[in-house]
Amino acid sequence: MYGEFDLTLPQTLQEAVKALNAAGKDAVPLAGGTNVLIDLRSQRLVPKQIMDLGRVPGLRGIVVEGGRVTLGARTTVSDLLASPDIARCGPALVQAATVFAGQMVRNTATVAGNIACGSPAADLVPPLLSLDAEVTLTSTRGSRTVALCDYYTGYKADARAPDELITAISWPVPEANTFGTFYKLARRKGDAITVNGVAVSIGISDGRCVRARIALGSVAPIPMRACNAESLLEGQVLTPERIAAAAKAAAEECSPIDDVRATGAYRRRMVEVLVARLVENAVQAMT
Amino acid sequence: MSSDKAVTLRINGHDETATVPSHRTLLEALRGLGHVDVKCGCEKGDCGACAVLIDGEAVDSCLTLAHSAAGREITTLQGLGTPENLHPLQLSFSELGAAQCGYCTPGMIIASESLLRKNPSPSEDELRHALSGNPCRCTGYVKIFEAVNAAAEVMRNSGDPK
Ligand SMILES: Cc1cc2nc3c(=O)[nH]c(=O)nc-3n(C[C@H](O)[C@H](O)[C@H](O)COP(=O)(O)OP(=O)(O)OC[C@H]3O[C@@H](n4cnc5c(N)ncnc54)[C@H](O)[C@@H]3O)c2cc1C
Ligand code: FES
Ligand code: FES
Repeated sequence: MYGEFDLTLPQTLQEAVKALNAAGKDAVPLAGGTNVLIDLRSQRLVPKQIMDLGRVPGLRGIVVEGGRVTLGARTTVSDLLASPDIARCGPALVQAATVFAGQMVRNTATVAGNIACGSPAADLVPPLLSLDAEVTLTSTRGSRTVALCDYYTGYKADARAPDELITAISWPVPEANTFGTFYKLARRKGDAITVNGVAVSIGISDGRCVRARIALGSVAPIPMRACNAESLLEGQVLTPERIAAAAKAAAEECSPIDDVRATGAYRRRMVEVLVARLVENAVQAMT
Repeated sequence: MSSDKAVTLRINGHDETATVPSHRTLLEALRGLGHVDVKCGCEKGDCGACAVLIDGEAVDSCLTLAHSAAGREITTLQGLGTPENLHPLQLSFSELGAAQCGYCTPGMIIASESLLRKNPSPSEDELRHALSGNPCRCTGYVKIFEAVNAAAEVMRNSGDPK
């Protein structure tokens, strides 16, 4: 039923990156398969080779060490939900994992797959952007890290070279005085594609905002940070007027389109509503 | 290019060999081997009818390649209990009328089993959350939730890890 391809199952990371280096663009990494199998079936993807990463040891797990949280690339959405470390160091990520697909997809879908699929609606990406996450890319040439906010270079285009694998995702453990949250607007609560995804991370010290991250999904060709909105908040006392101005700026700097789920105009309006609501909630939670 | 290759799958505690090309899904391989208790619905992760346990966790077999499942422990509905010795979920689904056409039932029970192994006393919200990838076109869900709760109680009281 699917176009034919060769399936490889490397047993070590070294074997995987070597094979990927040899195959280049001809090989497609396979993690949970919840995007890849769909794309194979619809023949949007017709690869010569599929490289299943399921046998590579050490790619799944959550570690908090040296002030950073590090996830292996094959950590699943269900792993995020089961982790007390993620509840503490990435509550917005837990909120995104909660409204992610249904149980069977959550049990297999991975964090790296969500990042690498390049969908503007990828639900884990706005929370990770709000946490200042970095992506570790590994090839036969070694490893390098790319800030997630620089990872996407255009619609479904990214900084990953064809012979690189995402091996880890990490971010600094949030300061005690920060509050992070995510909201997914969709047609229904369970198993739905996001109309708007909004994640915020707000830090307040001595009554002033010392950290503002506002990340938006499904309202631009790539998941994005609303940097103009962030700079209207940082260094300021977060009055309702300030928050309203920042929310307006966020709505102005995104570029949503009409699709089957919602109109661009509705999405833009909802960015304003949701950014204001999430920042207000954060302020209230910390005062 | 790929052609048929043998793969040994461990299904309900027994090794079986399927000879399939690398693009065959686990769903297709299982049904090809006669495991028609695994249902084929949407083949795109939306309906959960094809759910099986892999190493104890429910996954959609339509989103898994057969060759990727080699060496893993695969459990289908029939691996949970036999007609002579029904699993508490199988018993409660039949006794409480939690199935009408029955098409969603194998996946529904597999998803419920996967939930109850991690969380023996799920709240209403947790139960809905765990079954949101298993739409049922017949029952309206109330009887399904009743059946899972009834089985969960039996399983808690029996202390049977099955
Ligand atoms: C029914 C259903 C519901 C869904 N609901 C949601 C939802 O609510 N929210 C959401 O965001 N998404 C959803 N998705 C999409 C999908 O589940 C996610 O994007 C998921 O995180 C993909 O991860 P995966 O491990 O399955 O990736 P795969 O399908 O294995 O891979 C996806 C892409 O990433 C690449 N890739 C994977 N791992 C690596 C790696 N280590 N290095 C480099 N490249 C890699 C692959 O080559 C491929 O291009 C849904 C999908 C289905 C079928
Ligand atoms: S057939 Fe696999 S989820 Fe529908
Ligand atoms: S009983 Fe018919 S689909 Fe659920």
